[in-house]
Amino acid sequence: MAQSNPAVSAKPQSASRPVREGSPWKGMWAVVGKEMADHLSSARMVVLEILVVLAAIGSIYVATQNISQNVSQDRFLYLRLFTTAQDPLPAFAALLAFFIPLVAIALAFDSVNSEFSRRTLSRVLAQPIYRDALLMGKFLAGLFTLALVCTALWLLIFGLGILRLGVAPGGEEVGRALWFLVATIFYGGIWLALAMVFSVIFRQPATAALTSTAVWLFFTVFWNIIAGLLAQSLSPIRFGTLGELLAQANLQLALARFSPNTLYAETMIALLNPETRSLGILLPTQMEGAILGSPLPLSQSVALIWPQLTGLIAATIVLFALAYILFQRQEIRA
Amino acid sequence: MSETVLETRDLTKKYNSFVAVDHLNLQVQAGEVFGLLGPNGAGKTTTILMLLGLTEPTSGSVRVLGLDPTRQPLSVKSRVGYLPDQVGFYDELTARENLTYIARLNPIPTPQLPARVDEALQRVGLREVADKRVGTFSRGMRQRLGVADVLIKNPRLIIMDEPTSGLDPEASLEFLEMIRALKREGITILLSSHLLYQVQAVCDRVGLFHKGRMVLQGTVNELAERVLGGAYRIQLQAEGDPQAIQSALQRVDGFRNIRQTGENLYTMEAARDLRPEAAQAVVQAGGRLYKLDVQTQSLEEIYSAYFKEVEHGTVQSSRVR
Repeated sequence: MAQSNPAVSAKPQSASRPVREGSPWKGMWAVVGKEMADHLSSARMVVLEILVVLAAIGSIYVATQNISQNVSQDRFLYLRLFTTAQDPLPAFAALLAFFIPLVAIALAFDSVNSEFSRRTLSRVLAQPIYRDALLMGKFLAGLFTLALVCTALWLLIFGLGILRLGVAPGGEEVGRALWFLVATIFYGGIWLALAMVFSVIFRQPATAALTSTAVWLFFTVFWNIIAGLLAQSLSPIRFGTLGELLAQANLQLALARFSPNTLYAETMIALLNPETRSLGILLPTQMEGAILGSPLPLSQSVALIWPQLTGLIAATIVLFALAYILFQRQEIRA
Repeated sequence: MSETVLETRDLTKKYNSFVAVDHLNLQVQAGEVFGLLGPNGAGKTTTILMLLGLTEPTSGSVRVLGLDPTRQPLSVKSRVGYLPDQVGFYDELTARENLTYIARLNPIPTPQLPARVDEALQRVGLREVADKRVGTFSRGMRQRLGVADVLIKNPRLIIMDEPTSGLDPEASLEFLEMIRALKREGITILLSSHLLYQVQAVCDRVGLFHKGRMVLQGTVNELAERVLGGAYRIQLQAEGDPQAIQSALQRVDGFRNIRQTGENLYTMEAARDLRPEAAQAVVQAGGRLYKLDVQTQSLEEIYSAYFKEVEHGTVQSSRVR
């Protein structure tokens, strides 16, 4: 009985639900390495990086000048580096909010469709890896490149700050700036994943790039206007009561938060302005006993932006999952 | 009995209501070069994708080296090399970098990697241009790089989809020579093509695809026998009395038919290769023989004859199968 027929003993196994052989992540790090090398050496990225670094140096230069002229005693000098704006240059943080989506879109808009158009996809997938590894590798390579760019900028700011201001940054400042760095990377992650979704859907890289940019423009320029209009029509003010006004304002805010830009802007405000106590509407009754203008501790600021931060990360994951599902279902005949 | 490397049983693939591959039964033995023939859209590429586990079959079973590509795609893909139709490379990378990436995906252990890449490039004669960007390569060089790309994993079976389409005649010949070299090393090759002359030149056996079905399968000679009735065409150039020569040839055993195609030119149809007998007959009839040639069974003829029959409805695909 012990030496049963192998064909018979193998049967229950093959009849059970098919199990995929091996790990879906096999080969992923090879993809990450190759894609990152591509990103870092591509002309597109070099141009964008030069642009971002020049803009950063410009705004930091202006900010340090402003700070050394105006402020004598400030606990958060380095955070002012991020937020001080002086015409004609915007604050560094605002610059980041503008540039990071562009960099992220530039990293991913042709990630999948270019493999189709170059006819490399079937060759790569004929190697012993799953599609999962390819897509995940491409996404991680984009995210790492983005993190590299952001971290380099972040260090650049602290370096320039030390040179120009002549003071060492405090622990809390570094902590806040680090959280800001994490938020920035995931803000970029959203656009990276979005561009990747379009690169799976559209066979033409140009179409994917234009669509991603269109979505970005929509959220940057139009969404706040639309949120205002929607709030007015959905929750109109008929009698002018406080309740009505509050309801409309809250609705508008809730709608605006569908935009990653709003989430990022709120995160930025709470982290870089320690005095921020709330990102919504505060009634005078809620402010009783508060000392206006006094900074919150870091942990409280982080608690304040926790929903925004998790929202940014969740949106990145959801968009990546969408790209993943679409890619898995695609027929590969290239 | 040689070992069966590749076997499909009633393999079927449907896209909605369109049947791309219809109950395909195919067997390829170890060391064989098998050619899949058929017009574009006959289901050749779909079949290949199913063999590699890149597309799931609707029904039927596939065994590649004894493995099931849908359940064990990684094992199959690490043993089988695939050269896709119009293989693409990363143009901005060098030949060596392209191969290194593929080698890492496989994965080949890092210490052996440079040697394996060099060896693969050497085998296809691209060692000198290893550090040139692939963007500068000609079509023929790209195709050879494609072979290097496949060889890097030391495959036991190589599947090539339209490997010579788009190559100039010289590059095609070189490529066919490379296929023969691979066969000598004992690698089994399955190739698809619609370029019949080339398939005939390298394939041991061929299978003819039509609308998702394998309608004919066998060696070129077997197919010729089945479709053309096994006729050999022998061309002769001989000086002498045409009447005497023709009647002498008619007496040869195995003779079927003779036509005079020009001055001193004759085409004879026969059941076998009758060249020695024909030469003897011509000489005995007092003719002076200048040229004697047998027209090999051209796959092209088989192909067009078969599809002519299909059009006229004289062949039921199931019967020939």
